[in-house]
Amino acid sequence: MATETSPRAMRTPLGRVRGLGSAKSGTHHWWMQRVTSIALLPLTIWFVISMIGLAGAGYLETLLWIGKPVNAVLMISLIALTFHHMAAGLQIVIEDYVRNEAQRIVALLLVKGGCALLALACTFAVLRIAFAI
Amino acid sequence: MAKFALPKNSTITAGKTHKAEPGSKNVKTFKIYRWDPDDDANPRTDNYELDLDKCGPMVLDALIKIKNEVDTTLTFRRSCREGICGSCAMNIDGLNTLACLKPIDEVKGDVRISPLPHMPVVKDLVPDLSQVYAQYRSIEPWLKAETPPPPDEERRQSKEERAKLDGMWECILCFCCSTSCPSYWWNGDRYLGPAILLAAYRWIADSRDEATGERLDDLEDPFRLYRCHTIMNCTRTCPKGLNPAEAIGKIKTLMVTRQG
Repeated sequence: MATETSPRAMRTPLGRVRGLGSAKSGTHHWWMQRVTSIALLPLTIWFVISMIGLAGAGYLETLLWIGKPVNAVLMISLIALTFHHMAAGLQIVIEDYVRNEAQRIVALLLVKGGCALLALACTFAVLRIAFAI
Repeated sequence: MAKFALPKNSTITAGKTHKAEPGSKNVKTFKIYRWDPDDDANPRTDNYELDLDKCGPMVLDALIKIKNEVDTTLTFRRSCREGICGSCAMNIDGLNTLACLKPIDEVKGDVRISPLPHMPVVKDLVPDLSQVYAQYRSIEPWLKAETPPPPDEERRQSKEERAKLDGMWECILCFCCSTSCPSYWWNGDRYLGPAILLAAYRWIADSRDEATGERLDDLEDPFRLYRCHTIMNCTRTCPKGLNPAEAIGKIKTLMVTRQG
């Protein structure tokens, strides 16, 4: 069991279990994880098929493909949802296994910040290609 | 981090072997976890060889035979011996179940018996359940209604409304499910676990209860409810054939539904 049962901890089991009370959150996180996973299904299939179609294509041809409005919009959607889903999943892993409160908060901030930066960088790359063409 | 390895004083050592009576033909070995709080020794596994021709059919029969005839120091909980009290919940052959409902002949080879996993051990096969009991108390498992019952009558419920409680009222709180759940192992101090969430849903689903929203408020928490990752060990292990995972799924559905 996770609770430290030190003989000095005189708090009653009920007091410990009630703890700081319910956070009244978690539903949005859980629901968005489901929604993004379902939305990513068609987007990922589209992406894989497109990449197969681009096999052997040159640099310019690939740039032109990304620059098409439909492709650029779908690419940005794929990027946003992938990194949102990745951050949500990693958050679950950290909450599951990192016991120390301070370490958990730092790890969560690092993961969310890292995912946001990567998503921004990828989106910026697509936009730069799209607007340059 | 979560602790994945046993601390040094919990490493299990080899124990004694109690041989079967000479002349026994149908011998089965029971390998039982032993730990005594009164000495400083590590836990050990004792081997008990029993003649199944002189023993009842269930694992609990074997435990009682050992305690009566072989080793009186063996400590375990038991009461009804028919799967209704939940006292003899333990890990048998790698699966949490009730010793009284587990036939010995279902186990191939030696019968390995240990206490419910990841709970503090009081002695031998007796786990400390004070935390799960407190968690059960925390979900307020009783009918909450402001409307007074009709005079000289019980609160009415249609047959369909009553049927919604089937598969939940049967829970005997043996905690086989909660102690089989890895999420409960790592975060049992904050995650309520399958047994308690099934009990919580039993009151949420009760048509006579008027505190549904309040109950959902109390459960809506990243740890209390959302540590469930549908691992399904709970449903697989339940000796009463209940489905705590489904009840947790229904709570999550209600959480989304009330968001509008």
